[in-house]
Amino acid sequence: MKKASIIMIIGSLLLLGLFKFPLWNIMLGAPQYPDPLGMNIHIDGIKGVSEFDLQNIDGLNHYIGMKTIPKAEEMWEFSVFPKVILGMALLGVIIGLLGYLNKVSYKYFLGWFVLMSVLGILGMYDFNNWLADYGGNLDPHAIIKVTNPDGSPMSYKPPLIGFKKLLNFDVTSLPHTGGYLMFIGMSFTLIAFWLGRKTSVKKIT
Amino acid sequence: MKNILTSSIAMLVILLGFTGCNNGNQSGGKSGALSNNIAEKVYVAPGEYDSHYAFISGGYSGNITVYGLPSGRMFKEIPVFSQFATSGYGYSEETKPMLNTSHGFVPWGDSHHPDISQSKGELDGRWVFINENNTPRIARISLTTFETEEIIEVPNSAGNHSSSFVTENTEYVVAGTRFSVPIPQRDMPIKDYKGNFQGALSFISVAPETGNMDIKFQVLMPGFNYDLSHPGRGKSHGWFFFTTYNTEEASTLLEVNASQNDKDFIAAVNWKKIEEYVNNGGGKMMPANYAHNLYDEHTHTATSTIKKEVRVVNPIDVPGAVYFIPTPKSPHGCDVDPSGEYIVGNGKLSANLTVHSFTKMLDAIEKEKFAGEAYGIPILNFEDVLAGVVEQPGLGPLHTEFDGKGNAYTTFFISSEVVKWKIGTWEVIDRKPTYYSVGHLTIPGGNSGKPQGKYMFAMNKITKDRYLPTGPEMEHSAQLYDISGDKMELLLDFPTHGEPHYAAAMEASIIKEQSQKIYKLADNKHPYAAKSDADTKVVRDGNEVHIYMTTIRSHFSPDNIEGVKVGDKVYFHVTNLEQDFDVPHGFAVLGQNNSELLIMPGQTKSSVWEPKQVGVWPFYCTDFCSALHQEMQGYIRVSAADSDVPIKWSLGEDIE
Repeated sequence: MKKASIIMIIGSLLLLGLFKFPLWNIMLGAPQYPDPLGMNIHIDGIKGVSEFDLQNIDGLNHYIGMKTIPKAEEMWEFSVFPKVILGMALLGVIIGLLGYLNKVSYKYFLGWFVLMSVLGILGMYDFNNWLADYGGNLDPHAIIKVTNPDGSPMSYKPPLIGFKKLLNFDVTSLPHTGGYLMFIGMSFTLIAFWLGRKTSVKKIT
Repeated sequence: MKNILTSSIAMLVILLGFTGCNNGNQSGGKSGALSNNIAEKVYVAPGEYDSHYAFISGGYSGNITVYGLPSGRMFKEIPVFSQFATSGYGYSEETKPMLNTSHGFVPWGDSHHPDISQSKGELDGRWVFINENNTPRIARISLTTFETEEIIEVPNSAGNHSSSFVTENTEYVVAGTRFSVPIPQRDMPIKDYKGNFQGALSFISVAPETGNMDIKFQVLMPGFNYDLSHPGRGKSHGWFFFTTYNTEEASTLLEVNASQNDKDFIAAVNWKKIEEYVNNGGGKMMPANYAHNLYDEHTHTATSTIKKEVRVVNPIDVPGAVYFIPTPKSPHGCDVDPSGEYIVGNGKLSANLTVHSFTKMLDAIEKEKFAGEAYGIPILNFEDVLAGVVEQPGLGPLHTEFDGKGNAYTTFFISSEVVKWKIGTWEVIDRKPTYYSVGHLTIPGGNSGKPQGKYMFAMNKITKDRYLPTGPEMEHSAQLYDISGDKMELLLDFPTHGEPHYAAAMEASIIKEQSQKIYKLADNKHPYAAKSDADTKVVRDGNEVHIYMTTIRSHFSPDNIEGVKVGDKVYFHVTNLEQDFDVPHGFAVLGQNNSELLIMPGQTKSSVWEPKQVGVWPFYCTDFCSALHQEMQGYIRVSAADSDVPIKWSLGEDIE
């Protein structure tokens, strides 16, 4: 149980990587952008991969009537997400410590994992909603209007994950370092649960 | 019978075809394009980069052109000494000061010899310097922005030809005068040339961090013509060598009268000695009048300062600083090998190539073995300094470069060829024809202590029959050779712009990495910059109207302007708000007695328009910038001089 608790603590601490590294990354490449434009989504705001990427993305997006990329203060998520991540990391560490001192059972590890997963899914849902709004809620005076075969206006929503072709742009959306650290951290907590269970079963038999 | 005739003719045609091919292969030797894939050696596939940059002087275009090697593709023309309507250089308010001189605004120049800055004898890719021959000037071009950043006029000089070569740590860039003149300039009979005219050799210091130039001192030499020059390097670092002609000091019909002496001189100048003399207060300040023009990358604006004095040194006041080495016969090129030991004097009327030894020169100086003196300057004995002679290598030797592998390559103007010979044995190893009448040649790094001897290109004066004709005038032709093997191999012909005198070339890596992509708008300190649409405005100040304008894909702010009157002086100050690589915007207004502007991302440029007719005149973006480039336009309303239409402007709404 001690080993499991340590893994639980490490796993929770890995969440803190999100304060340094981006959670997600969206790259936009096109023939005239051999060096693709890119945005990194941090838990506290969106930053360009290169210095002027956001400005250049906004410049291009104005043709299709997209809103400009929101500043950190324009979205409640960017003030709430850091608190949630910090809270979950702290909670994980506390559970881990209590587990180490045999005050709580390994089942709490799973509980943390489930809570984190639910929050994560909610976060992804929220993120996807934002992408849909960003890509679909277009200025009616947009210079370029492209419609789908059925006559509905084309949405420029980037993919939540994976690759999509949007007009002349190849858009790739994937987790970034912070996101990977979070996933690794979460798998650690699962391992901690499994290890805790194993040691506890051994004790009983 | 008819059939036999037909088939014979057919046979003949086929035979001719075959022999034609054979002849082609024979005459081209190994250079047949299909026989050994020469095309592949110069082919740079789409999306791939050339391995070398070449900066080729534009001669009478006054500019520098940037080429890639081995493809021979031209990438850019950098305006230096000439107005350049393509970008507005020399037309825009910011760049007009760059072409200021003590003779006023000079919109043209004759650029000759580019040279890349060096550190420890190796090309460092920071700047390229180039001389202007006609109104003597030296320019410094940044190899980060590829813009001319500084031009300094050279007083007391005339025909600034033996320039602009740099010492091995870019301590100095030299500006030697081709024509000797009265110093100071004055009204005097030309026939009294001899003994009265002088030649100034100017040593221009280069500040290590900024590159800023300053004339540290001028050596006032006898009234010969100082043709070309080269810095010593390695063991001869601290010396500079200048070829001379017209040591006869003739002042008329020089073709004959300056070709009488069997030997002219190479002037060997110990600049370190003179520098020390000057640092100790030597020399004297002399009244002068010359412009120093400096472009500030942050204000995007040049300023011109007229300087009023220059320090001059009489060489006989610094014993041991200057010597003359006799060299046959009207030597043109003066080239120092990478080790610094050999000084090649290319006597253009001589049948042989003369190579002097630096070690022997020092030895002769130490032993004071002098053949005489000229105007107090010791003349060394030809035989005492001679290292060797390349016997009868060709006709009309001009310039020599080195490959760093112990070989030298000399161009021969009259016999139209490049001859490769071995340093030390002086034997000719190879020769290749050029088409035609070759002047300079360049090996990347060939003017440094560390040549990058893979390619060599020759710059020819005559082009006929190499390309599709374009009327009586054709661009000059350069020819690229592979010199990595024992024998030179002709790879490519490519046209150059203007008259390519000399070129500086180097491996692409350093320059490519440091090349700037945009100007940061945040760093723009131009006094009339509008850094956002909120800063745009139109301000009247007497009869001057200043328009603070921005451009971004695909609109101008403001796009409609009223209240301008006939007789006003209208300044368009246009700031390009883009921060994206390779997205300039252009600006032009109908009837402007000026040029367009081409404004780089983050840059501000100003253009003056003086409307002479009432009306509503359009302006537009001249550089296709986006899908809505055609819509990137606006109007300026010009009212009668006595009208009372107030200044107004708009963007996106009607003017009220």
